[in-house]
Amino acid sequence: MSTATHGLGRADQASPSRPAPVRRADARRAGVGARIFNGFSHLFLVVWALMVVYPLVWVVMSALKNDSEVIREPLSLIPSKLHWDNFARAWTEGHLGSFFLNTVLVLAGSVTLTMLLGSMAAYALARYEFRGNRLIYYMFLSGLTLPIYLAAVPLFKGVYNMGITFPLLGPNKHLMLIVVYVAWSLSFTIFFMHSFFRTLPDSIAEAAMVDGASHTRTFFSVMLPMAKPGLISIGIFNVLGQWNQWYLPTLLMQSVAGEPKHQVLSQGLIELSVNQGYKSDWSGLFAGVTMAMLPVLIVYIVFQRQVQSGLTAGVGK
Amino acid sequence: MRHGVARFVTGFLALPVALYLLYVVWPFVQAAGYSLTDWGGFSGSQNFVGLDNYVRLLSDELIRKAFWHNVFFLVTVPLFTIALALFLAFLLNVGGREDRAGIRGVFGSGLYKIIFFFPQVLSLVVIAVMWQQIYRTDGQGLINGMLIKIGLVDADNPIAFTADPEPFLGVPAVLWWLLLIAVWSGAGFYMVLFSAAMQSIPKDIFEAAILDGANRFHTFFRVTLPLLRDTISVAWVYLGFIALDMYALVFVMTPSQGGPNHASEIFASVLNFTAFQKGQYGYACAMGVALAIFTILLAALQLRITRRDRIEY
Repeated sequence: MSTATHGLGRADQASPSRPAPVRRADARRAGVGARIFNGFSHLFLVVWALMVVYPLVWVVMSALKNDSEVIREPLSLIPSKLHWDNFARAWTEGHLGSFFLNTVLVLAGSVTLTMLLGSMAAYALARYEFRGNRLIYYMFLSGLTLPIYLAAVPLFKGVYNMGITFPLLGPNKHLMLIVVYVAWSLSFTIFFMHSFFRTLPDSIAEAAMVDGASHTRTFFSVMLPMAKPGLISIGIFNVLGQWNQWYLPTLLMQSVAGEPKHQVLSQGLIELSVNQGYKSDWSGLFAGVTMAMLPVLIVYIVFQRQVQSGLTAGVGK
Repeated sequence: MRHGVARFVTGFLALPVALYLLYVVWPFVQAAGYSLTDWGGFSGSQNFVGLDNYVRLLSDELIRKAFWHNVFFLVTVPLFTIALALFLAFLLNVGGREDRAGIRGVFGSGLYKIIFFFPQVLSLVVIAVMWQQIYRTDGQGLINGMLIKIGLVDADNPIAFTADPEPFLGVPAVLWWLLLIAVWSGAGFYMVLFSAAMQSIPKDIFEAAILDGANRFHTFFRVTLPLLRDTISVAWVYLGFIALDMYALVFVMTPSQGGPNHASEIFASVLNFTAFQKGQYGYACAMGVALAIFTILLAALQLRITRRDRIEY
């Protein structure tokens, strides 16, 4: 709905319908200067593009070398032979495989729940008047300014105590991490969806109610589908944010009573990078970093328009 | 009907509010409470000590150091990131063909935008581990390796990067090296943000400026930049939060997570060290509360400074 009008506005602005004959002569005169400026622009843009891409390519290529090559020829971008075994080793011995599995398991639950609970709460707060509405909204909003480190100690202690009563919600449990991720993602999700639900027209919700739909039914079958552009933006934001989260897992996914740790990817990579100092499996580390970054980069390149607008919309609000 | 609404609202809000109270609000409240005690950790006694922890904060050498390092990042991260992002957005949008619809942007600007955005989708941890290899202090690192090869750096005396506590312009070198990573990873995102804002400025404003005889530089500095003021101030606030959150880089990249010799300590690293290594939970919570108050004051201050009449178009 809103994107359609937005698109129209854009097309209108870009339409070359208005003549401006004065400009043409001017443009020809400025031609040489413009060309020099363009060359200058491209030079700088290419330099920065190389500064962004070169390290990434270097990491991927180093992941395909063997260890002695990493040490002897650290700068070469072309490995003498492609060592795919680095990836196999990082996947099994470096436990990247289980890090991936843990991350995907946690995210499947946490992103779904964040979106569901976040948009439900945002909807109730945005479209219904009741006592305490503002209070609850500002309570959620305040979470945006408070640094997570402040809560670290009591959060750790709280999760530990919870684990004594409900083992599944204790430290080092997937379900616990899901619940914690959801709680910490609610602030921004509600903040974002709240402003989105405000912009939806009242008439459609009213029409649905007149047709006999309950409040719940109206939300799930009418309003939620209409909020799809917002849901996509905040969904991308949450997937990336939770995929990249490292502090909460490092704090909460600690081994208790000798059971193996269920590390997620970011946390596992940190430990891998600390431990490889002793094992000096450089190519394995490069393979690990490559496996952690390539999936996100590929998803980004495929959906770059949505990702860019999704993430920048988060700042723009 | 009224009754239905109450039940519906309660049903929709109960679970989110409960989760949020339990895992976000309650830990914050507890932290504020613990900050008034001398609690050491999981067991042991817990005595009420009033504001002693806060008084201690004021005379803590390490905290003072960490505070100034936080301030350093708070100023430099937004400053350098926004300057670079604006410069890149300027090149991207001001270059290119000039015609009646204004200036088109350089050839391939779409591709540049995709590439510059790359670091934004990578996790801070991936970036940190990657830069750890780039910053290696021997010939195996990307930068040292290159510089040794072309003879600019002596192989026996390579650049120490994040292990270098020597001051540069009055600030430990390690902080400058961390700043470089932050700017590297943030510039592309803010460039895309600024570009989008530039493109949402109606074309007739540019047309009017061009008709009045403004060239592309005038147009940029006199028209575009003032209209971007809102976006830039929002970016400044966001980058301020990111600057307070440099902990991931400090954690992965510096020796003993805040070293060498405390040269890269920031609030968060001192807090974690105090709580989990030294086992002084009460004192660590006081640091957290101080940090929270500092953050909120800063956010309020920034909002006040950057508040100005909006230009509607």
